[in-house]
Amino acid sequence: MKGYTASLPNGEAIHYVDKKRYLWLLSVLYPLQPFIGIWLHASTGHEGWLLLPLAIGYVVSPLLDWALGEDTNNPPEAVVPQLDRDPYYRMLTYLVVPLHFASLIGAAWWAGTQSLSWWAFLGLAAVTGIVSGLGINTGHELGHKKSKLERTLAKIVLAVPVYGHFWIEHNRGHHRDVSTPEDPASARMGENIYNFARREIPGAFKRAWATEAERLLRRDKPVWSSDNQILQSMAISLALQLGLLISFGWPMIPFLLVHNVFAWWQLTSANYVEHYGLLRLKDANGRYERCQPHHSWNSNHVFSNLVLFHLERHSDHHAHPLRRYQSLRNFDDLPTLPSGYFGSYLLAWAPLLWFRVMDKRLLSLPHVAGDLAKVNIAPDKRDAIYARYGRRPVTTT
Amino acid sequence: MSTYRCQECGYTYCEEQGDDHEGYRPGTPFSALPEDFTCPDCAVRRKEEFEEI
Repeated sequence: MKGYTASLPNGEAIHYVDKKRYLWLLSVLYPLQPFIGIWLHASTGHEGWLLLPLAIGYVVSPLLDWALGEDTNNPPEAVVPQLDRDPYYRMLTYLVVPLHFASLIGAAWWAGTQSLSWWAFLGLAAVTGIVSGLGINTGHELGHKKSKLERTLAKIVLAVPVYGHFWIEHNRGHHRDVSTPEDPASARMGENIYNFARREIPGAFKRAWATEAERLLRRDKPVWSSDNQILQSMAISLALQLGLLISFGWPMIPFLLVHNVFAWWQLTSANYVEHYGLLRLKDANGRYERCQPHHSWNSNHVFSNLVLFHLERHSDHHAHPLRRYQSLRNFDDLPTLPSGYFGSYLLAWAPLLWFRVMDKRLLSLPHVAGDLAKVNIAPDKRDAIYARYGRRPVTTT
Repeated sequence: MSTYRCQECGYTYCEEQGDDHEGYRPGTPFSALPEDFTCPDCAVRRKEEFEEI
């Protein structure tokens, strides 16, 4: 396997081999899940197989995370520049872009040409939507980079889940405002995921649109122009979904609606767990402190990180957003999720369970230490949370 | 004309060139950028955290 050699400041030479090098292929293959269901349906005649990816995503993945556990290793900093330059890693992120299109088109073709029961039809739409939600993850990794090619690919892949505004919203809005009450994409303590979704989905779109409108205004361009980067991606979405409608007829209307909503729900779930309750404090001038690793919940679970281009190493990602996925690090004393993302989503979808597990974790973080003034609290839950957890910092061990 | 740099990600704002994509014309001084300007590439560093190089 390919290795990297570098010398430490003291002159000592180190050699590093990335054991995950080929395992990152899982992030490329994971979006092909609808095809496994389609193939099994075609070969056995049982429609139920179309829902298999649900079991892979929400039963097998959390179990694998639990069984394989966590990996806290970091690549030595001295080899990171070589690791970042290695074209192999970025090739994988390019490769997955057409697969997202293939997944949607293939599943739409199957749904539009087979006589499926209503539940299998909608189930296939949901499964495909979940996979297209992973396309937002691909767009996320690509969109954080400086190269024109990667940014263009980000806008293209975001067309599959019809989330073209994400690139601007996430990089220019969410990263600037993360873990503050101003951020519609950072969840507050006491806010359940369903209320969060109602704030996050429209809030994120409005912020993206306003950001892009300001940029176009500075360039003396109208908002409704071909220079609008949101509209560029949305135009691809329109062509793709209209093409599917023309090819496979009216059943594509419910299929694509369910697909799109499930794709967005993936991002909402990720956003919800990534910053729940965390708060950047203000300095004497009323400015928020710079984003630190402890302003994001992290997970080092091996399996789900391997299928998500290391997205769960979220603490390092927010502190250093341009770092490539193969180089993201773990740190000591990070806010840590109880499971990888897929298991954490299950918890998040059951708000009472989520609050029970996470509120305790949140308040016992070293930088919070029970002090509710250091927590991003939902305004309508403030009184109840103060009544329950006390106004004064509590000592935690 | 000066150049300012984001220490997090290395983005540079050169006053002479401005930033065409962001809509800052060549010759726009760094001080004339909006008060809430944050690094267009990483959004981690704010205007006052940029260093002149």
